[in-house]
Amino acid sequence: MNGGQVLFGIFALLTCGGAVAVALTQNVVRMAFWLIVSLGSASGLFFLLHADFVGATQLLIYVGGTVVLLIFGVMLTTSGPFLRISSSPGELMQSAVVGVLFIAMFFFTVWSVDWQAVADTTRAHDAAAATVALQNDTTGRSIGMAFLGPRPDRDLGADASRGLSTGYFLPFEIISIHLLVVLIGAAYLARAKRQQTAVEIGGDAE
Amino acid sequence: MEGVDLKLFLLVGAVLFVCGVICMTSKRNGIGVLIGVELVLNAANLNFVAFSRYTPLGLDGQIIALFVIVLAAAEAAVALAIALNFYNNHLTIDVDRADELRG
Repeated sequence: MNGGQVLFGIFALLTCGGAVAVALTQNVVRMAFWLIVSLGSASGLFFLLHADFVGATQLLIYVGGTVVLLIFGVMLTTSGPFLRISSSPGELMQSAVVGVLFIAMFFFTVWSVDWQAVADTTRAHDAAAATVALQNDTTGRSIGMAFLGPRPDRDLGADASRGLSTGYFLPFEIISIHLLVVLIGAAYLARAKRQQTAVEIGGDAE
Repeated sequence: MEGVDLKLFLLVGAVLFVCGVICMTSKRNGIGVLIGVELVLNAANLNFVAFSRYTPLGLDGQIIALFVIVLAAAEAAVALAIALNFYNNHLTIDVDRADELRG
């Protein structure tokens, strides 16, 4: 049992335990707390997979941004009776049964596939498949290059049918514009209503 | 990292996914449904990154995971705006009360 396995065990236990606690608890503030535990440990798993940039992004955007957004939502909508809206015991039993069946199906599926053979087959059929050299390195710089267009992990000339660059410059631009538009739209959607009612109330008073 | 198989990461992802689906279907609080969606997206992310490490998927998996993180942030912002509007109109966040369009 080496250090990697011990770390994987700790992070996997925290991730799964946090997720199960999110599903079980009825208090929305505790759900947000367990979500932080689960997502933070998942970023630890990303670091274990040598995906340092994805792990850091997960910590910054998910744990630092999205969860704070959710907690603001909780604070703005949770007043007294809405702190815990319980489901009925029948619904809880139903969802527990469905969840156990679901997870049994996933466990059976994952265990019955020989993933090493799948990887070898893919590597044999795709001439431009990613090289193994990437695996023992951290990937921050390679991801930056892939966003600009060149791919350090693939030999793109090996497959003539592939055509031009398979970098991610255009998707990156599209997604950044998409994020900007969505955030402006969300800000407008969240505050337009109250202003309108304030104007109406002012008009009625005159 | 020796000795940890791809299967174990996929199993962690499966647990996250199932918990997220249960959360989405059984919570009556609108914010709880959102938290379930975040769990499901995170399970997909974990699978993408694990495949990028253990199979010839390469960097593609990690980049798709980054895209998913950004899209999840956008989704959370819009869904939260909708939830706040619903709360302003109905004075509750219970999704079972949003039944005005029921046929």
